[in-house]
Amino acid sequence: MPHALATPDSYLTDFRTFETNLPDEGPDWIREVRQQALARFRELGFPTARRGNEKWKYTNVGPIADATFSYPFDAGAEVSLSDIRSVAPWDDGWATVVFVNGRYSPALSTIVALDGVQVTNLEEAVRADGDVIERHLARHATYEDDGFTALNTAFLRDGAFVHVPEGESLQSPLHLIFVTAEGAEPGVSYPRTLIVAGARSELTVIESYVSLSSSRYLTDAVTEIVVGDGAQVEHYKLLLESEGAFHVAVSRVHQGEDSVFSSTFYARGAAIARNDIQVLLDAPGSSCTLNGLYMTSGSQHIDNYINIEHAKPHGTSRLFYKGILDGESKAVFGGTVLVRPGADKTDAHQEDKNLLLSEKAEVASKPSLEIYADDVKCGHGATAGTIAEDAIFYMRSRGLDLETATAFLIKGFASGILDKVRVQPLRAFLEKLTTKALWGSRFGQAS
Amino acid sequence: MSARAGNHKGPLLEVRDLHAGVAEVEILKGLDLTVNLGEVHAIMGPNGSGKSTLANVLAGKPEYKVTAGEVIYEGSNLLKLTPDRRALDGIFLAFQYPVELPGVREREFMKTALDAIREHRGLEKLSVREFNKLFQEKIAQMEMSPDLVKRSVNEGFSGGEKKRNEILQLAVLEPKLALLDETDSGLDIDALKIVADGVNKLRGPSRAIVIVTHYQRILDYIKPDFVHVLIDGRIVRSGGPELALELEAKGYEWIKEAVESGERLSV
Repeated sequence: MPHALATPDSYLTDFRTFETNLPDEGPDWIREVRQQALARFRELGFPTARRGNEKWKYTNVGPIADATFSYPFDAGAEVSLSDIRSVAPWDDGWATVVFVNGRYSPALSTIVALDGVQVTNLEEAVRADGDVIERHLARHATYEDDGFTALNTAFLRDGAFVHVPEGESLQSPLHLIFVTAEGAEPGVSYPRTLIVAGARSELTVIESYVSLSSSRYLTDAVTEIVVGDGAQVEHYKLLLESEGAFHVAVSRVHQGEDSVFSSTFYARGAAIARNDIQVLLDAPGSSCTLNGLYMTSGSQHIDNYINIEHAKPHGTSRLFYKGILDGESKAVFGGTVLVRPGADKTDAHQEDKNLLLSEKAEVASKPSLEIYADDVKCGHGATAGTIAEDAIFYMRSRGLDLETATAFLIKGFASGILDKVRVQPLRAFLEKLTTKALWGSRFGQAS
Repeated sequence: MSARAGNHKGPLLEVRDLHAGVAEVEILKGLDLTVNLGEVHAIMGPNGSGKSTLANVLAGKPEYKVTAGEVIYEGSNLLKLTPDRRALDGIFLAFQYPVELPGVREREFMKTALDAIREHRGLEKLSVREFNKLFQEKIAQMEMSPDLVKRSVNEGFSGGEKKRNEILQLAVLEPKLALLDETDSGLDIDALKIVADGVNKLRGPSRAIVIVTHYQRILDYIKPDFVHVLIDGRIVRSGGPELALELEAKGYEWIKEAVESGERLSV
């Protein structure tokens, strides 16, 4: 059981305000879910990085638990589309759904040519399309043992609901943007996403967490993705929060038979970031690929906690994360590939590679395997290394100065992940951002 | 004796009484060498004699420390310059063991290097189109697969491909002083001919080439003007191409013995 810190009363006060202001309509079940989640949060509180709590062993959420965040999180200034375009990837061909400080913004959202796919604000969808939602919402991301998920679920209202019916496919990517604008005081938002991809459907979705603020705030996000039999979902998550922000996110993926799920996680921002992904390969022949690139500097802390559960035979999973750490930053990589009894012919590999640019940067990388089935092919590895001096000398001997040579090598390291981004405008955006981030952190402001 | 380029009069490279080593171990023990533009020198010696140390000291590899002596390049002190500054000034080392650069594309790498070198020489940068044309020509000349250079530098290359890639880079960057460190090792005879052709095309009055090698084989294809024998950190004998053949026939022991008896006489 996670050990709990004292639960700040402010969240309970917030909840009362939140509940009072909710519109009357809406099914009973969702009220019950909120009530139960709140009750669970009161019991669990926030986790602590105490010994014995493997799940949070290397991450201290004390700064989050001790802080007070106002709710609702009011944006001080009006947010414009050009503000968002200055911080998020953009393509006019993408359907875009925008949430500002946790609230759905119809004015900023552009939903173009959706090929029979339903994309709506969760609050409205709960009323209109209750069945699908009731079947999935809070069923995959359970709040029983996770305080942050419980808190998000208690404040469940706005969010993205994406439903691709059986056999349908969305031709261009769908972009969900959760933007945090500067507030009068530190605030909290509870972004929620539910994606249901029906059998044999296809979907590419980008989930971006961006910031127009430079101050401290908390994003407590939960995403649930259901990949139906034979469906293919390509998922990208961009964590581009402000440097003072706290970002705690849980993603739960449920895969059907012969389904294909691929995820690319890209992280640059946040003072403390938690990326908790759990994929359940719950039917034979399903496969998932989880790629990740995280870059930290200063005193940033990122915790990747990734679990893949092979429950049925003939599943394939590939996990490939890379970290670039500068300053006094710290990265944690944890989680397990679990192969359940009977999940024979599982083929799983997980790998976390880190490049340390500073002597003070730190990595705790502990991928693990638990295998209870026969005839499986599983492997894992974790590395942490510094820039290779012989490579630097080689490049300098061709006339590149030290900074350029270093930048080439770091970019080369990152390209192992970025080259796999299949959405071209997104890849271009991330490549540019990576270069900018590296130059900003290593070599001053120039680029 | 040599053609001269630029404002500098005198030898391109003068190494005087050079003492250098790595990790407190002295490897070069008073080496002298003078190289003029237009010349091709071969430095031959057995394993451990200091051939690679000389090449690496000239290119500025950080772990090699110079303890005494001096190296004058184009009339000024070379040893105080960074490795990249040496490259900009026209020194190129073809590595004995070329380094893999994961995720770094050969074309981008070479374009960046050539841009820097041309800028340093006061020349306009090549446009992407001009560069690509030049690059394709050199690739064809080295009989390399066009695919190879779209890949990461040296990653997954065979030993021979890596060596060929060094000469490709040499041909693109057109240095004044090319140092070839055991470029012939690991090459089959066909690859050796391609590499030698590549080097021979670069011979000319505005360039000097120093070939560091254990074996005489490469000198059948790249004919040196001068051959030096390096033993225990010093050049003990210098001569014309015939010296290489004599070494090939008699081995290094012969010259070691000759040198030792000569030294006793001179004391």
